[in-house]
Amino acid sequence: MLNQQVALVTGASRGIGAAIAVALGKQGAIVIGTATSTSGAEAITAALNAAGVNGIGMALDVTQPEQVDAVLKQIATQFGDVSILVNNAGITKDTLLMRMKDEDWDAVLNTNLKSVFRMSQAVLRPMMKARQGRIVNISSVVGHMGNAGQTNYAAAKAGMTGFTKSMAMEVGSRGITVNCVAPGFIETDMTAELPEEIKTKMLERIAIGRLGQVDEIAATVAFLASPAAAYITGETIHVNGGMYCA
Amino acid sequence: MSDIEQRVKKIVCEQLGANEADVKNASSFVDDLGADSLDTVELVMALEEEFDCEIPDEEAEKITTVQQAIDYVNANVK
Repeated sequence: MLNQQVALVTGASRGIGAAIAVALGKQGAIVIGTATSTSGAEAITAALNAAGVNGIGMALDVTQPEQVDAVLKQIATQFGDVSILVNNAGITKDTLLMRMKDEDWDAVLNTNLKSVFRMSQAVLRPMMKARQGRIVNISSVVGHMGNAGQTNYAAAKAGMTGFTKSMAMEVGSRGITVNCVAPGFIETDMTAELPEEIKTKMLERIAIGRLGQVDEIAATVAFLASPAAAYITGETIHVNGGMYCA
Repeated sequence: MSDIEQRVKKIVCEQLGANEADVKNASSFVDDLGADSLDTVELVMALEEEFDCEIPDEEAEKITTVQQAIDYVNANVK
């Protein structure tokens, strides 16, 4: 379905990003997964190989413009231009606003939001030329419903939604779609860090009555990346088990 | 027709999907050749690539006709 298209997934060493990388690969894409460390990149290569997927891991800190340029150049030379970009890399620095430091705010906004601007801009030129492209941004239910202790994270994720809608309007005429997938409470390392009582409270709100699985997010991303989703753009698909009905 | 003029017109035809016959020196990208704002950005990017130069935004804004593009290239590209 994604026959030999080049897909770039940021933050692919674990959790949702790792599942997305494999899912796109299983649809036939050549997948480049990125991680901030070399060991993370090696782990991605190993995971893709183990899954029987064509692709490799590369080290990339999405907050560093020169690294972004270098990685995209390398991908273009080695595999061809990126036609599917999944902006998945993200971090949390949770704390109540009363105690939030400038560094907590900047780190989350830079990694989670500014990177989306940077990566999307970097892949746009070849996509415009090819009159084809898919950008899928991984936002969060928190960007829509808010969450105490995550003003920085929620702001970044809500910002992503506005970015997505605006970019979709700019590039729609070139066959490029830009969408968000907003996961709810998914079983990953990121949510494992949450205190037990918060987890219990969140579970009570989930209509389906369980945490989501990374594969359930990956399947939605694979759909948005596919030719079948050509008429969906500027949209957010919520995958949250009924935790929040947007 | 100079070499630069030919190359500029070729790019304009490719980018805007226009017929060679319609691309005159006085043609305005937007008014005569039907370009939208994104087309004009793409056009400038294509000129940058063809002539291996960087056209600053404030200069790019002033390039609205074929002749202006030719003039810019003649003045700024060796």
